[in-house]
Amino acid sequence: MAAERPGEPQVPAATVPAGSFAAGSHEALQEIEAVLPAPPAPWRENWRHFRANPGAFAGLIVIVVLIALALAAPWIAPHAPDAQYRDALLKPPAWSAGGDPRFWLGTDDVGRDLLSRLLFGARLSLAVGCIVVTLSLGAGIVLGLVAGFARGVVDALIMRLMDVMLALPSLLLAIAIVAVLGPSLVNAMVAIAIVVLPHYVRLTRAAVLAELSKDYVTASELAGAGRLRQMFVNVLPNCLAPLIVQATLGFSSAILDAAALGFLGLGAQPPTPEWGTMLADARQFIQRAWWVVSFPGLAILITVLAFNLMGDGLRDALDPRLKR
Amino acid sequence: MIGFLLRRGLLLLPTFLGVTAIAFALIHLIPGDPLEMMAGERGMDPARHARMMAELGFDRPLWQQYLGYLGDLLHGDLGRSINTRQPVLGEFLTLFPATVELSLAAMLIATLVGLPVGILAAVRRGTLFDHGVMGVSLAGYSMPIFWWALLLILLFSVQLGWTPVSGRISVMFYVEPVTGFLLIDTLLAGDVDAFLSALHHLVLPAIVLGTIPLAVIARMTRSAMLEVIREDYIRAARARGLSPLRVIGVHALRNALIPVVTVIGLQTGTLLAGAILTETIFAWPGVGKWLIDSIARRDYPAVQGGILLVAAVVMAVNLAVDLLYGLINPRIRHGR
Repeated sequence: MAAERPGEPQVPAATVPAGSFAAGSHEALQEIEAVLPAPPAPWRENWRHFRANPGAFAGLIVIVVLIALALAAPWIAPHAPDAQYRDALLKPPAWSAGGDPRFWLGTDDVGRDLLSRLLFGARLSLAVGCIVVTLSLGAGIVLGLVAGFARGVVDALIMRLMDVMLALPSLLLAIAIVAVLGPSLVNAMVAIAIVVLPHYVRLTRAAVLAELSKDYVTASELAGAGRLRQMFVNVLPNCLAPLIVQATLGFSSAILDAAALGFLGLGAQPPTPEWGTMLADARQFIQRAWWVVSFPGLAILITVLAFNLMGDGLRDALDPRLKR
Repeated sequence: MIGFLLRRGLLLLPTFLGVTAIAFALIHLIPGDPLEMMAGERGMDPARHARMMAELGFDRPLWQQYLGYLGDLLHGDLGRSINTRQPVLGEFLTLFPATVELSLAAMLIATLVGLPVGILAAVRRGTLFDHGVMGVSLAGYSMPIFWWALLLILLFSVQLGWTPVSGRISVMFYVEPVTGFLLIDTLLAGDVDAFLSALHHLVLPAIVLGTIPLAVIARMTRSAMLEVIREDYIRAARARGLSPLRVIGVHALRNALIPVVTVIGLQTGTLLAGAILTETIFAWPGVGKWLIDSIARRDYPAVQGGILLVAAVVMAVNLAVDLLYGLINPRIRHGR
């Protein structure tokens, strides 16, 4: 798999002058080019594929709306997320009997507005997704590039470690890590980022190995590109498609796992308005107040579903193997 | 076949060794020394502390402690729970059947519903039914199952009163544990009422735990089926005048099942992770709830042992799936 092949004669890069094949019919070629529409830019073609998938497009719109709501939460939330209205404990949503028009989605057991808490929770969940994906993607890319370029012992060590991590169910490993670090939202994010690392490492390494056998890598190596330049400037951009897909799907699993840890009491701690933590608090009121149980979970489902839809759409658009 | 089995088994050894290292590292990464957490609130004087450290071997270098830990593992000694003072292995084995019973029931539901639905969606590709199945299964795949469990409890237990909220069996019944599987033990005891009670308790948790595997199986079956249906031999079977049921149910399904079986097997890890959540919500006395309770009690030997054992189970099931894959797909067996 070595990139350079020392035995073969090196072909000088510029034996064939660019455009020489059309030397005799330069004008004819120009005419043809004038008639034909310009080939679509690659991103434009991908966008067309993506647009054609209604589910993926819907996912994208939901995500954009969620991000907007999360960013605007301090201004659009009707109440502070931790303001307690002692006169309105466990109020049902505004539209149902006994509802209070001040609280659209009702209040929880200490009189906090559910809608406001959900809006602020969106900030947390999206931040969790962002941070987890950034951490795991960054570390995964570096480890994957190192494994793919170094081969040999380093490669074997990294990949065997990833195999070990994959042998454990991810939520279990995350729980174990949080058990050691102590329960908090930050530790939960670290744990989830560690747990999903193997997927990024394996994807990057596989893509790197596929790229390394290509001519442009040999060419740039001959041109004197250094190891780091090869890794990050020449090879990495060509490995991004599967990583983008995985990162999008990674958003949904990070949000889901953080909520699960919060629900188990191992993530964000009350009174943080994290969706999973809110559900854990709400459990004891399941017989009396359906709304405190329903809405936080619905928020998780909608967010996760949107990212999964978009991830599927991106895979169809970016993964040439699946292109029909 | 024996060689195949041995080779696959040997490949697992280094991975398992890695898992033991992780489990070992876990308990040594906790800030503070292990005696501190064993002593808990009471504390101890420095002389006793030093003696206990030497007695339990915590003063040795880490690599010696790790080798000692591996040696103990080989003797089936996973340490004792701080909480109950019982051997961890024994506790795990007592609770494990409950988790297996729940997981098998969940897998049964997922397969019995997911397979036919996936096949039908593939046969009726592009219809409303197909789109519906794909949409619902994506929602199922995205489902936070701890919330799903609460919703089902809200509907079936609170509103309709059909199913109990928690536990494995009504407290009115006592069944002598023989196999540890309540459905079997109650039948062995000939107690029909107890059997029905156990079944009643099992339904809701099994549906919750089966939801994600169900979605995965339906999607996988559909895509595997779509792939197979295009093959020439299916057209040939149709041309020979075989009934559509036979073409789909026998000729196509047999080959479509190969990836599906793998997926079913690979869901075990997800299933055990899901069992942690499901058991916690339904107060199901299995290893998942035990693990979470142990973490809450800071019972580190139990956590360490539990993680190791769960990993061992997942690896064993994955190995079994590998072997099964070789059995049902001769191309792999011969082409190795």
